[in-house]
Amino acid sequence: MSAPNLVPPQSSALLASQEQQSFGTYFSAAIKRIRGGDIGSLPIILGFVMIAIIFQSQNSNFLTPRNIVQLILQMAGIAAIAYGVVFVLLLGEIDLSAGYVSAVAGVSVAVLLRPPYELPWFIAMAIAFAAMLAIGALHGWITTYFRLPSFVVTLAGSLAWSGVVLGIVGRGGTVIIGDPIVRGLSLSFFPPLVGWIICIVLIALFAFTQLRTYSTRRANGLATKPIGFIAIETGILSIMAIGIVYICNQDRGLPFIGVLLLALLIVLSYIAGQTRLGRYIYAIGGNKEAARRAGVRVEAIRIIVFMISSVMAGVGGIILASRLGSVSAEAGGGDLLLNSIAAAVIGGTSLFGGRGLVSSAILGALIIASIDNGLGLIPGFPSSIKFIITGLVLLAAVIIDSISRRSQQRSGLR
Amino acid sequence: MAAEPLLQCIKVTKRFGAIQALTEVDFDVRAGEVVALVGDNGAGKSTLIKGIAGIYNFDEGEVRFDGKKVSIGSPREASQLGIEVVYQDLALADNLDVVANMFLGREKVNSSLPFARMDEASMEQKAVETLASLSVTTLRSVRLPVASLSGGQRQSIAVAKAVMWNSKLVILDEPTAALGVAQTRQVLDLVRRLADRGLAVALISHNLHDIFEVADRIAVLRLGHMIGIFERASTNQQEIVHAITAGRLKVVPGMAEAEVS
Repeated sequence: MSAPNLVPPQSSALLASQEQQSFGTYFSAAIKRIRGGDIGSLPIILGFVMIAIIFQSQNSNFLTPRNIVQLILQMAGIAAIAYGVVFVLLLGEIDLSAGYVSAVAGVSVAVLLRPPYELPWFIAMAIAFAAMLAIGALHGWITTYFRLPSFVVTLAGSLAWSGVVLGIVGRGGTVIIGDPIVRGLSLSFFPPLVGWIICIVLIALFAFTQLRTYSTRRANGLATKPIGFIAIETGILSIMAIGIVYICNQDRGLPFIGVLLLALLIVLSYIAGQTRLGRYIYAIGGNKEAARRAGVRVEAIRIIVFMISSVMAGVGGIILASRLGSVSAEAGGGDLLLNSIAAAVIGGTSLFGGRGLVSSAILGALIIASIDNGLGLIPGFPSSIKFIITGLVLLAAVIIDSISRRSQQRSGLR
Repeated sequence: MAAEPLLQCIKVTKRFGAIQALTEVDFDVRAGEVVALVGDNGAGKSTLIKGIAGIYNFDEGEVRFDGKKVSIGSPREASQLGIEVVYQDLALADNLDVVANMFLGREKVNSSLPFARMDEASMEQKAVETLASLSVTTLRSVRLPVASLSGGQRQSIAVAKAVMWNSKLVILDEPTAALGVAQTRQVLDLVRRLADRGLAVALISHNLHDIFEVADRIAVLRLGHMIGIFERASTNQQEIVHAITAGRLKVVPGMAEAEVS
């Protein structure tokens, strides 16, 4: 005789969300999600493994501690700008000015540190970030007030801000950064012990938030992730964190910039995932009219998002200036903007709004920087091919996204 | 036995420039009943609903709610009174899950600080309770994005969202327009349950079959005039069709009153 089914059939569906899921059912549901096309960041991780294998086979220097630290420094500028781009894309808009706006921040700091101003570094940065807030607010306000598409407004902005940079620096000129603190942003490394402490704090923070969610959901009688799953996730994160700190400690140590990127990731992910502001950004990206009718102040949110975008561009610009030690008239140009947008998209943020995570910025930036870095290690490799390969990776990312979305629709997951 | 109607519109009139969208329309809904609002395209159904929902202001006439004269200036004021409207396609964000949609614009937060964390656990619990109380039981999980749900489920979520906020009057704009047979059944049952719980329900629909199934009374609009409010028990589809297409108007716009009769 089989076990009696005590739950009446019509109520079992909703009760299912309240009962404790066993490890097995949770795991098979996860597999089902992946097979249904909800692949998350799986392709990026596989892509990175593939890139690592290819470049390591071409040049054994690719996976050395020195080069991995280099990779973190190399991706930092793009990743920071891409953080902001993710927010704009989530809203269903785009910011084409991020490249030159980042240069405005870089050049402002560089000039304000030099004679005749010679301001302390924190005041120079404060002025630069105030300018970033104003620029973002201006883009958002023009888009909203005149009901213009954001790509036109930010394209105009891009041209105008490139002119501002050129005006400040002068054609063919360069502003050198001598300030040790601003330079030190990208030249500072934590001693091994501090690296380990950061690593432990990070793992503890992750485990704590997971367990807090677990216990509050449990207390409210809601379905929870099986505790074993939380343990495995924490384990994987620990291995990765310990691995990275160990590798960095073999070289110069954990880069300050890397920790800054991580801190920004945590803060921005919290805003996107846990606050009303974040919820409204996703809602507007998904269905602007539904958000409006639910009482969301769509215009205000749009202006805030453009401000976030410009501020993050500013962070990226200052990181890039710090790395180079100078700002030239060409700063912010070239492939910087496109790489930043590509990073967000390669990482899995949709160009059509409402879907994506802040972490996609850092994953995408890692892919782009590792292609750049890896091809640079192959002697005599033409940079023309580098652009073509980056372009193909972007195309592949968008295609994977499109296919996974289609199979999600088929399997009824999305 | 509701003596006083919950919502009462008395001789409401709305003009858009030269166009007379509503002319001295009387309309009322009592607690515990479903009133269907029917009429051809351009009859003024949406205008009437939007006036009640606070999207437009009526030019003339009086709206009484719960026995008191009210002026509803915005959708927010409407929901403060307890009036919720479920729009056809505009209710849900596909990319958000069921809980996020049901609480959109009214999320619970842990504190009043600017970047306070949303209280997901209590929102989810409330959403599950509300859905269960409405016998919406076909969902696999309230954490699925609504894009993955069927049309009937989506409409049920939109209705549940409307009733979760202690609403007294729920207005549904063509809730079954895009649904199949089984899903229409599901939504109509839900509409009936709302009224049985003591809510006042106004339902716009083009489908007379649906209307005769759930409505207690049927209000017919034609060219901005209220042709009449019929008791379902003492009318038939033919009479309603006749009223929709050829109902007698008191005044035809552009004609003197004498010429009409």
